[in-house]
Amino acid sequence: MNIRKIPQKALNFYAVFLIILIAASCSSDKSKKSDSDEMVTLDSLEINEQLIKDVKAVKEIFYSLPSPLETAMILKQAGAKYNEELLNPTGNVSKYVTNKSMALNLGIYTTDLSYASLFDQTQATINYMNASKKMAEGLGILNAIDEDIIERLEANVNNRDIIMDIISETIMNSSSFFEENDRQALSTIVLVGGWIEGLHIAINLVDPDADLDNNELVNRIIDQKLTLNTVLNLLDQNADNEDVINVVSDVKELKAIFDKIEISTSKIEPVTDAQTNITTLKSKTNVSMSPRTFSDLKDKIKVIRNNYTL
Amino acid sequence: MKKIYQVLIILTLIALIPFSGYTQCKSFAKKVCKLELTPYIHDGNFNAAILTEGEDAELYKTFYAGQNYRIYICGSDALPQIEFQVLDINRNVLYDNRKSNYSKLWDFKLEASQQLIISLRVKGLEGSESEELISGCVAILFGIKEN
Repeated sequence: MNIRKIPQKALNFYAVFLIILIAASCSSDKSKKSDSDEMVTLDSLEINEQLIKDVKAVKEIFYSLPSPLETAMILKQAGAKYNEELLNPTGNVSKYVTNKSMALNLGIYTTDLSYASLFDQTQATINYMNASKKMAEGLGILNAIDEDIIERLEANVNNRDIIMDIISETIMNSSSFFEENDRQALSTIVLVGGWIEGLHIAINLVDPDADLDNNELVNRIIDQKLTLNTVLNLLDQNADNEDVINVVSDVKELKAIFDKIEISTSKIEPVTDAQTNITTLKSKTNVSMSPRTFSDLKDKIKVIRNNYTL
Repeated sequence: MKKIYQVLIILTLIALIPFSGYTQCKSFAKKVCKLELTPYIHDGNFNAAILTEGEDAELYKTFYAGQNYRIYICGSDALPQIEFQVLDINRNVLYDNRKSNYSKLWDFKLEASQQLIISLRVKGLEGSESEELISGCVAILFGIKEN
């Protein structure tokens, strides 16, 4: 037996594996490319003197969109009612076969799930958790929504706090999975899907005859103008991804309509309650949106949402 | 041959550092930081990074009128104190944790929805002559609560 040949083959194979591994780790976070070169990743590392001199303060930028759970809470707080007809039917799950459609609908179904759970719709909550599970499985997200989560949900259908905690955990598992596996583009698409679903539900819950002024639900829709730039910045971090490019186009079309809405805000004054230690950020906002702009917004959201779900 | 193996082992460990660091960070945020949000409910978003002393980070987020929020800044034990400020979009300071004994959390609500900036910085270890730079996981978590 030639004992030198086997290790050589193994070494060649290992060398190729190692090159792939190093390449993957070097590109593991494109959006933070400038940071990753200088970042160290263990609690404590010894670094030589020259390296200490070379290390500069690195600024990490995060853009955070409202999660599906926050979106549902905002809707409820604004006086929204429950209307199951507005949700994406769970029977649609088999339609979504591409990564983009599954990511968009993971966000959409998770928002529907959060909305149903906040209004104590137990069967809908279970159904939408199962629909979200199918999207997550399709995207290869292991353990984000496993059988244990479904069983915990079913066992606690009447305990909203536990259900919301389960939903929160599910969202975190999904987003961290994407980050961990260098699939930030999909993570962003999930958030945009959830954001569009929130807009779709909100705008369709506004009574067609309602006064657009002094309407809390309308105000929360208008507030999305503030979030739009965050959405675009987040998408821009993954601008080289083909699926993201298509979503950017949709969001820019929405932005063109939101740009017609005027928002002015007074200076913010923080006032802290000494007893509760809760600070209130006091400020006044003036908004101006014409009925035509509202109608355009509703039409555009319908087109985008239909494009994502049908 | 022995030297080749040694080099390969070292290279493997270097290649694995980013993965292990991120996984540790996620685990830390889930198991340690999330608990500190109680009685607020974690919104589910995961914002965490490995930062080294002296480094800073910023997060942009819209906060909505009528909601109750808790911001919790969570750093691994190895890190020095973390300074954090909440700024409005014109970078006026609304909260500075240095005035609250480096508190890790801030509870607030808003009369009108606002885009705010959470700016944080891991302090450098003053007077330290050590050549060792400390790095660790820093997570920014948001809790929300129904009225």
